[in-house]
Amino acid sequence: MIDWMPGEAMNEIMVGELSEFTEGGYRVLRVDSFEFGIFRQGDRLVAYENQCPHDGGPVCQGKVIPRVEEELAPDQTSRGLRFSKKRNIVCPWHGWEFDIETGRHCGDPKYRLRSVDVKVRDNRVYVSVPPAAL
Amino acid sequence: MNIRETAPRITELEKISTRTDTRDYLAKAAPTKEKLKDWLIVDVDAHVNETAFWSEVTDRIDNEVLRYIAEAFRERGRGPGLLNANGPLYQDVSGRIMHQQNLSEPTPPGLHRQVQLTQRAMDALGIDYMVVFPTPMLSLGMHPQADAEVALGNAYNRWLIEEILPQDKRQKALLYLPFNEPDACVETVERFADAPGVVGFSVTSTRHKPVWHNSYMRLYAALQETGKPLGFHAGFSWADPSFQQINRFIGMHSLSFVHFNMIHMTNWVLNGLPERFPGLKVIWIESGLAWVPFVMQRLDSEYMMRTSECPLLKRKPSEYIQDMYFTSQPLERSNMKLTQATFEAISADTQLLYASDWPHWDFDAPSSITKLPFLKEDAKRNILGLNAARLFGLEVPAAKSGVKASPQRVAVPAE
Ligand code: FES
Repeated sequence: MIDWMPGEAMNEIMVGELSEFTEGGYRVLRVDSFEFGIFRQGDRLVAYENQCPHDGGPVCQGKVIPRVEEELAPDQTSRGLRFSKKRNIVCPWHGWEFDIETGRHCGDPKYRLRSVDVKVRDNRVYVSVPPAAL
Repeated sequence: MNIRETAPRITELEKISTRTDTRDYLAKAAPTKEKLKDWLIVDVDAHVNETAFWSEVTDRIDNEVLRYIAEAFRERGRGPGLLNANGPLYQDVSGRIMHQQNLSEPTPPGLHRQVQLTQRAMDALGIDYMVVFPTPMLSLGMHPQADAEVALGNAYNRWLIEEILPQDKRQKALLYLPFNEPDACVETVERFADAPGVVGFSVTSTRHKPVWHNSYMRLYAALQETGKPLGFHAGFSWADPSFQQINRFIGMHSLSFVHFNMIHMTNWVLNGLPERFPGLKVIWIESGLAWVPFVMQRLDSEYMMRTSECPLLKRKPSEYIQDMYFTSQPLERSNMKLTQATFEAISADTQLLYASDWPHWDFDAPSSITKLPFLKEDAKRNILGLNAARLFGLEVPAAKSGVKASPQRVAVPAE
């Protein structure tokens, strides 16, 4: 249960205490008809609409997993696959992967998740919700 | 400052897992479904997961010794036993996509669980009819024992006809032909062609059997006699020597599905099978479309120089291919000009059949067709359902016939 409080700006909604967003974790919320995911990275929160640019799938409800990289030696031989420090949001419909920091597809950055404005004030988390959704 | 006084409704959405109800997993298809509610939607390629009900299949093996062997395998524990495995199964991209493997969403008692799972997908995507194919059995054509293919293929057919299809008239099947044993295929056609819900037959394309061989002519004659189409359902084989050079599932999967259908189609056309069985309709299933213009042009240009090698042909190869049917998934659409040219080449308006491939990882929702910018509404209606209804003789409710009852225009969904 999330208590509601009006925010300061137009359409800004308080969606919870910062402590409800665990480090490295994420939550997917719907405010009226507006769905978005909030992802915590250290002290930073990022939020994206829960709508995949591929075919509209519920992208934020998928997994968050480290990006896979291939390590090359100086002579260009492959040393195999490894996980990077970067993390991706993976759409559960067809597996498109988006950089959690930028929202851009990790293989073709022209596709990106739509960002949602999220702020923390006094340890509370506020999200700007488009007026049409309210 | 403008501060809202009334509380918005805030809900937390669950993360998706292999336990998520199909209707929740596909909830975001709802807007398209709503827009298409007076359209007939026929999904010509979806899948059951037959090994989740494997004892129901193997209990129906006709041969008592093979049935016993299947039971003995079962007692050893998990695994489909008599069925051959098909290499590492990476389809779910190592757990990133959770609607294909290890499905564990609960279903209540009542209808067969598989029937309920299919119904949930149909309801979520707004599908009127769904034609189902097997999943692990797509590679049964590579089984080293032809009698095991016959036994399992027919047991699967019986399972569909006895357990699945009678429970929902909207679920249909192109039955499994044990193609490594031509005479057994004829028996399968004679035995099951009239069973309710059977709209045709299929060959799982992953195999090394030449479709031109004389031993298949009785089968094609029998199929033609039924008036029901023959589908070639693509699949992959990483064990195929050429594909063993490929070190990533993506590469093998991208090529292997097309590879087998390319070979069967080439053989089909060059050996004049459309001339020999002009009433037999052929469908190419789950290999996408991008390869088809390539085969058309390639064969046409060599045909002009080497006509003597295919004397049964009375027209160019591409003209025979234009009379064939294709399912749409996985629809290549990263270059819309190429997609449009492909649609023109294959006469998509009349020959293309929408397919979802649900619940597999690379499924296409009906929006894969409605969003195409170059198609008119009539073509979209044909591809999404009316072509399939004509091909399979499906009943079309008047409201979904595409014939406008009033002069009002029906808007093409724009997404
Ligand atoms: S809808 Fe997200 S990957 Fe396809």
